[in-house]
Amino acid sequence: MAELTYLQAISDGLRTEMRRDKRVFVIGEDVGVYGGAFKVTLGFQEEFGPWRVIDAPLAETAIVGGATGAAIMGMRPVAEMQFSDFVSCAWDHLVTIAAKQHWRAGTPIPLVLRLPSGGGFSGGPFHSQNPESSFAHVPGLKCVCPATPEDAKGLIISAIEDPNPVLFFEHKHLYRRIKAEVPDGRYTTPIGKARVHQAGTDVSVITWGAMVYTAEEAAQQLGDLSVEIVDLRTVMPWDKAAVLESVRKTSKVLVLHEDTRTGGFGAEIVATIAEEAFEDLDAPVKRIAAPDTPVPFSPPLEKAFIPQVEDVVAGLRELAEY
Amino acid sequence: MAIAREAEPVGSLNEVREAGLDREDLLGIYRNMLITRGLEERGHILYKQGKIPGSFYTGRGNEAASVGVATAMGAEDVGTPLHRDMGVHITRGVEPWKIFAQFMGRIDGPARGRDGNVHMADQNLGLIAMVSHLPAMLPVATGCALAFRIRDESRVAVGWFGEGASARGDVHECMTLAGTRKLPIVYVCDNNQWAYSTPTYLEYATEHVADRAQAYGFEGVVVDGTDVLAVYREAKRAIEKARAGGGPTLLECLTLRMEGHAVHDDAFYVPKIMFERWAESDPVERYRTWLQQNAEMTDDEEAAIVEQVKHLLNESLRRADESPMPTADDLIDGVYAEPEELETPHHK
Repeated sequence: MAELTYLQAISDGLRTEMRRDKRVFVIGEDVGVYGGAFKVTLGFQEEFGPWRVIDAPLAETAIVGGATGAAIMGMRPVAEMQFSDFVSCAWDHLVTIAAKQHWRAGTPIPLVLRLPSGGGFSGGPFHSQNPESSFAHVPGLKCVCPATPEDAKGLIISAIEDPNPVLFFEHKHLYRRIKAEVPDGRYTTPIGKARVHQAGTDVSVITWGAMVYTAEEAAQQLGDLSVEIVDLRTVMPWDKAAVLESVRKTSKVLVLHEDTRTGGFGAEIVATIAEEAFEDLDAPVKRIAAPDTPVPFSPPLEKAFIPQVEDVVAGLRELAEY
Repeated sequence: MAIAREAEPVGSLNEVREAGLDREDLLGIYRNMLITRGLEERGHILYKQGKIPGSFYTGRGNEAASVGVATAMGAEDVGTPLHRDMGVHITRGVEPWKIFAQFMGRIDGPARGRDGNVHMADQNLGLIAMVSHLPAMLPVATGCALAFRIRDESRVAVGWFGEGASARGDVHECMTLAGTRKLPIVYVCDNNQWAYSTPTYLEYATEHVADRAQAYGFEGVVVDGTDVLAVYREAKRAIEKARAGGGPTLLECLTLRMEGHAVHDDAFYVPKIMFERWAESDPVERYRTWLQQNAEMTDDEEAAIVEQVKHLLNESLRRADESPMPTADDLIDGVYAEPEELETPHHK
């Protein structure tokens, strides 16, 4: 075990797979000489050479389309969007080709797309988004959103191993802020299995990504309330059984995410709880998410946009008192 | 002013031999062109009989371009043919009965009824199924070439697009990547002069689409796409150049779309005289004449090929018609691939 930041854990997982499997290669903008905008692939080009750590032109379509073709030819590409926001330029190749090729043509696409996402540091409308809900809606794609260093390493390895296109949403605000013990060597974390971040009996918070820590802080402030925090870890597929189990245990649920509210993945979770655990509820399900606006730049605006600890505290109190 | 090289037509049997084809190959090419045309002609009949759901797209006029390029490909090469390139599927060896089954949405079509028309491919024959978004397959073909380059294999990718699709950003992005990395790829532009109803002068402002190649750092070549042997010779040159590490080529095959965009379109916007002029260089007729004059194809020989093709297509139609329609049970599975599906020669 070593103490690693979330960012180091991603690097560690990726390096582990690249050393083990020569089919794995990295392609993206500034991933080589510069080591990536966030330095996830720092030192990779020296170790693996310029044809396994490929500095691409500023061409997201070519990066994702090219990674798709290489995957069909038996490679295991790990492509990087410099910011998850730029995946809009590669939407077509993910949604039109990579997501549908297996279902309609029987061709597996073992592709990983790394997507540095999330806000909290004045990145503004084009460097802060959390677009996982949009892609979770597309049959054929998998969406992974780790919250801890241990999961970040295990899930990047699982994503590379997976025979499908996997979108790996790595939260930028966790990169250097979150540090924890990470197992040495190679291990996988299953895609589609949630994790109980902390067990509790009064209220459940269903969340993922950076919001796991927002929920944790809120729970700490509510010492008298026993809060269970379920970290989904992956939103497609998502661990319905784990969510329903927690609902049945506490009977009061808060669904929390950093993405905007309407049509956000929380809506799917809430709908499923309504369909399958209505009888188990002691209060209406509560949802806390960002308002339906683009992500703002100025600190007071961004604070108003991203769900804050005090918002979650208020929400949990309301639920507890219902 | 043209920047791309304008290819010469192929004249004599000697030139053909120099390009690597013997008489057997020449007759095989003719056979493949006849199958391609015959298959699409029968498709029209099926459509009129109400047996093809949706619309129906053909490549009439493009037989020489598609068969010519595919004949120049090596067995280990791969390609992403589009909806005017039936000749590529035929040349690579896709069985016509499966194509008829595909047209009719039957379970034995390569897409098992999940997709229609030429949205299909046999990956074991080195082909990747197209999508409707043109030219989204070009970056995919470029990625195949990238894989070959990473693994240092002497394989080549061939990516097809049309002059209409040349307007899209995908083309620019992947040609930039292929040019900077000198990837083993040949971009084939089937320039059939009409993107649905839009003429060439509203799609690009250069004389040729291939003129752009220079801007990406590789060679552009324009060839008469109704001359199957000239197409073959230029495709062969480009493919072998890519194989030898010489980087990409943009090969533009100039043809005319001899029918509407799809069966629902009567192409009223195409001047009649244009159809008449291009009909004079119908690729199948043109090649037949060439074979008679240069390769001593006899009437008996030709009749035998025609009869063989007719028999093949009739049998194929009969077999396809026996294939059942899919049922509701065939809808759900396979959205995601299973790990064991990667245990293929490709993915090892």
